[in-house]
Amino acid sequence: MDGLALLLSRLQFAFTVSFHIIFPSFTIGLAAWLTVLEALYLRTGRPAYRVVFEFWLKIFGVAFGLGVVSGIVMAFQFGTNWSELSRMSGPIQGPLLLYETFTAFALEASFFGILLFGRPRVPPWFYFFSTAMVALGTTFSAFWIMINNSWMQAPIGYAVENGVYVPTDWFKIIFSPVVWVRFPHMLLASYLTGAFCVAATGAWYMLRGKFDAEARIMLRMGLYLAAVLVPVQLVFGHLCGEYVVSRQPSKMAAIEARWRDEKPASEVLLAWPDVVNQRNLFAITLPAPLGSLIDSDSLSAAEVGLASIPPQDRPPVLIPFFTFRIMVGCGLIMLALAWAGSYLAAKGRIEQSRLILWCIFLSFPLPHIAILTGWFTAEVGRQPWTVYGVLRTADALTPFLTARVAAVSLVVFCAVYSFIFGFGVLYIYRLLRAGPVDRLILPPIAAVPNRPMSVVDPHAHVRAPETRRDGAVAPAGE
Amino acid sequence: MFWTAILAISILLYVLLDGFDLGVGMLFAATHDEARRRSMMSAVAPIWDGNETWLVVAGVVLWAAFPLAYSILLSAFYLPLLLMLAGLILRGVAFEYRSRAERSRWIWDAAFSGGSLVATFIQGLMVGALVEGLPVSDGRYAGGIFGWFSPFAVLCGIGLCLAYCLLGACWLVRKCEGEVRDIAYRQIPPLAIGLLVFLLIVFAYALAANVPVMNLWLERPYLLVFPLIGVIAALMAAWSVRHRRDGVPFLMVGVIFLAAFGTLAISFWPYMIPFSITIEQAAAPPSSLAFIFWGAGLFVFPLMLLYTAISLSAFRGKVASASDYHREATSRQPPS
Repeated sequence: MDGLALLLSRLQFAFTVSFHIIFPSFTIGLAAWLTVLEALYLRTGRPAYRVVFEFWLKIFGVAFGLGVVSGIVMAFQFGTNWSELSRMSGPIQGPLLLYETFTAFALEASFFGILLFGRPRVPPWFYFFSTAMVALGTTFSAFWIMINNSWMQAPIGYAVENGVYVPTDWFKIIFSPVVWVRFPHMLLASYLTGAFCVAATGAWYMLRGKFDAEARIMLRMGLYLAAVLVPVQLVFGHLCGEYVVSRQPSKMAAIEARWRDEKPASEVLLAWPDVVNQRNLFAITLPAPLGSLIDSDSLSAAEVGLASIPPQDRPPVLIPFFTFRIMVGCGLIMLALAWAGSYLAAKGRIEQSRLILWCIFLSFPLPHIAILTGWFTAEVGRQPWTVYGVLRTADALTPFLTARVAAVSLVVFCAVYSFIFGFGVLYIYRLLRAGPVDRLILPPIAAVPNRPMSVVDPHAHVRAPETRRDGAVAPAGE
Repeated sequence: MFWTAILAISILLYVLLDGFDLGVGMLFAATHDEARRRSMMSAVAPIWDGNETWLVVAGVVLWAAFPLAYSILLSAFYLPLLLMLAGLILRGVAFEYRSRAERSRWIWDAAFSGGSLVATFIQGLMVGALVEGLPVSDGRYAGGIFGWFSPFAVLCGIGLCLAYCLLGACWLVRKCEGEVRDIAYRQIPPLAIGLLVFLLIVFAYALAANVPVMNLWLERPYLLVFPLIGVIAALMAAWSVRHRRDGVPFLMVGVIFLAAFGTLAISFWPYMIPFSITIEQAAAPPSSLAFIFWGAGLFVFPLMLLYTAISLSAFRGKVASASDYHREATSRQPPS
């Protein structure tokens, strides 16, 4: 066992998976939003909905492509760096990821092709159906991934045979109560990501005085959706906390920086946890029984402290403690922005309030930060286990992996990712900056479904009939 | 053993489909003419990522149905896989970024052909190492981090580069017209002869080094059926190149690949990792296999095959005027 190789492998996994999650969470939200837009367009026939749809479809294409590319690496990394994990839990995790790949391939890829290139060739109801299928496909992907991760958080429905985890009850694995609070939590996070990115883009155009009609749609729909979803998300976040209390007490103790058992417990709002001396410095603490109330919905419940967990089973404290607070902080800021923005929008005053427009525009990183820090809390808080209570991270590592080799791969991944994602993000920025230009796009001549990014290739378009502001289609040569 | 077949089909499809587009990527470096380069790119651009999806499919099928083999193989080939993934990612984004770049186009050209070359070489190398046999003890890979390295594996890597180039040239013959097709026709004979020479060297080396697979061959003479099919296909291909039948060489070289794959598969049987892990040993427990069979195996997999067939047929025919596709790229600045 090489401790440094372990650390480097963990860093590498954290780096690649963090990079990856940014794109799927964005595309899941966008796919749902596109479905809503298409439904509105079919219902009302307002061309502005159509223009906004085409515009976000292009961005969806790039983000989707980057998500796919970074996802391929994940499929191999389990085997290269975590061969013991993949050998032992392969009978459970393998099939779950197989379903993820297969459903993604079947639903997303095939209907995505129709989304990109099929508008002139299929009837409108079928086009709407395809949009919904892509949204369903991305949702299913998230669903299988959340089952997989939830099994690692709270393993269930398995037996150990010859050192291998053999599934005994798939029903239990898939319908684990943990899945059904964490999956909605992730799904809502994705929708909020979509909502805030869309609203921020709308606010940006308003500040620049461009694309007035489209900006109004983006800003309002984004804000209203967020105003409804953020409170729901807080409820599901709380429910996730409850499963952590009951199934992963060590993670909860780390999140709350609770060093000793308390009954009833107090709640540390902010502090600097002093890991060496097992105490909190500069703590702002709410008195008991508020800690019990928050963690267990009870005035008298006992809460576990880190001291009563064997030292070798204790997770790191600083990372879960702070990432959790950053996540909640982002959520509260989003709540305030969504409610204030919705109020002003409903009153019809938001166009004049440049300050709030600026705040909304600058809020687009918040959902991404919340998702990343939320995952950091979940994954670092699970340590030292890979499969909670069953398989230690140190024992999951490829046994003969040396630090030097792990360092090489980490450097290669960092270099390649920054290179291609740098270009990708620059490209999305250019698309957003250019905005929903008033031209509906027809498919490039040689395009077929498998090439999502080609839809945004500015040189690949045949000349399309132009749509005027009022939505009338004018011949190209006009 | 349903999943053995699924895995074999996935790998075969990957080799055939991504084989030609990796081959085109390598041949790409052989020309500097911009128009020709664009035609070559257009001949594979719309289908390459559908092709690469099969690699991921093969990967997850291996993990779900044969977790033991997955954990041994992927950890054993740590560095090669890293290089292969980096190569595949770089060549993949080159498709999208190249037409947009002006001054930095050379970066994406290099990424495209370099990435293709590295990915192909590594794939050949891994097959070679597998044929030689990997040291495995107690269900874990027991070689060092360079345990897969051997002259034989390197030979196989070079051999596969030639083979994919050949497949790529045949694809260009099938998809393109004019100069690109003529050049590809001229490239086929030397590539084919080169490949033949390499096959002979590999064969001689295997005999000399007493690679265990060879014994199997001597025990099972009926295996010679596959090489025989290969030879017939090679003759057909030679005939069609002579008579300029654009569609035929690709099909025939495809058959050669099929024959080679069949040969390999049968000489591995019943092993999954030759001479250490059998298919039986590597298989996931019945409860896992049943779970994936009733949903993914029975319904989704056929759907995926159908989808691949549809998207390939949507792109049939020549890309003669495909240079239109990127023509504007040179005359216009990318948007800023």
